Amino acid sequence: MTNFRNNNLAQAWLVLVIATVFGTALAGIQIKLNPVIEANKIRETMEKIPSLILDPSQAADIKSHDLVIQSRVIEIEKNGISKFYPVYDVHLKDGSLAGHVTKAKGQGYADKIELLIGLDAGGNAITGLFILDQKETPGLGNRILEKPWRDQFVDQPSGTTLVVVKSKTGPNNEIDGMIDGISGATISSRSVTSIVNTTIADIRPRLLPIIKKENIIRQENE
Amino acid sequence: MADQPTAFERFVQGILPENPVYRQLLGLCPTLAVTNGMKPALTMACSVAFVLLCANIVISLIRDLLKPHLRIVVFTLTIATFVTIADRFLAAYLFQMSKTLGPYIPLIIVNCLIICRCEVCASKQSVFTAAADAIGQAIGFGLALSSIAAVREILGTGMFFGMRVLPEVWPDWVIMVLPPGAFLTLGLLLGLVNWVGIIKSRRSS
Repeated sequence: MTNFRNNNLAQAWLVLVIATVFGTALAGIQIKLNPVIEANKIRETMEKIPSLILDPSQAADIKSHDLVIQSRVIEIEKNGISKFYPVYDVHLKDGSLAGHVTKAKGQGYADKIELLIGLDAGGNAITGLFILDQKETPGLGNRILEKPWRDQFVDQPSGTTLVVVKSKTGPNNEIDGMIDGISGATISSRSVTSIVNTTIADIRPRLLPIIKKENIIRQENE
Repeated sequence: MADQPTAFERFVQGILPENPVYRQLLGLCPTLAVTNGMKPALTMACSVAFVLLCANIVISLIRDLLKPHLRIVVFTLTIATFVTIADRFLAAYLFQMSKTLGPYIPLIIVNCLIICRCEVCASKQSVFTAAADAIGQAIGFGLALSSIAAVREILGTGMFFGMRVLPEVWPDWVIMVLPPGAFLTLGLLLGLVNWVGIIKSRRSS
């Protein structure tokens, strides 16, 4: 029996040596490259933040390094499951709160869709929407990436639940809360809209404490 | 061993006579999945070339130590290591491209082209021959991917390498950048290559 085992181990010595050597090499590469990869992810988010909070005209003037961005995580417990939202509170150079950006994830048609949602200070209206990651159908679902479609979310009041409609042309054009669905990609349009709705409903109450604190500071200054 | 092809023969055979995609029909998963544009196709071809070259060299170096019944484990371990290196490297230095290619870079591990070259050439021949074989096969694979990607990108978006080559009036054939376009293009090009081959052999006989 021991002979047999020894024999098996002896036969596999090359596999074991190779596994150890390669494992060590990969660990080294992971240690070396992981900070770069993480920095890439953070940079992608940070680069988008100004355009999600500020008007296009403002965004041109204010560079991202003029903004003070503080990150925090809001934890929401729903039906016994904890959800985590990374939230970036954006302050202008003079210290006033410009808005919040949050990262949200949800199921799309093909795979998870990852979004950045910009809200004004206090979270009363949407100021911007950006799709970080998606694998929707090219030519149909991936049109959620297009700016004209995403811009429908801008200036929507966050108190109303957004609804996807077939076509909002006509008298409905000016009604808040309507998002024009992409023809042929209803599921992708609905997914994005529902991620936005859920996220705002989840985090909006939790954005407020910071606003109150800021108001207190302002009042003290006055 | 006398009947094994030389390094030069291995190199030449990989490019056209034994082209991985058009002749051996290997590595079809990336061939179908990432050829909707030239840039992802070339990135994939380069990643496969890197993995193929490294795996062939390593396997050839340890070919005398291989036990027949454990060789596939060793091949897979070696390939997986170099694929992981390529994947991490892309995520660190070509972040957007790595997001575009998504799961297809890790999936190089199961690309049978590479394990086939380890089995057929690297585990039997010298390091030099194995390297020549890897380079030849990688060029062949790159040629196949770019030929399919060129057809799909030009017809599907009117662009080549992201630059417009067809007039604006061209109605983009969206189906060409969708999965069915991959099957259509591969099938038609495969037929074309075989047809040319038949005509050539008829002329010579």
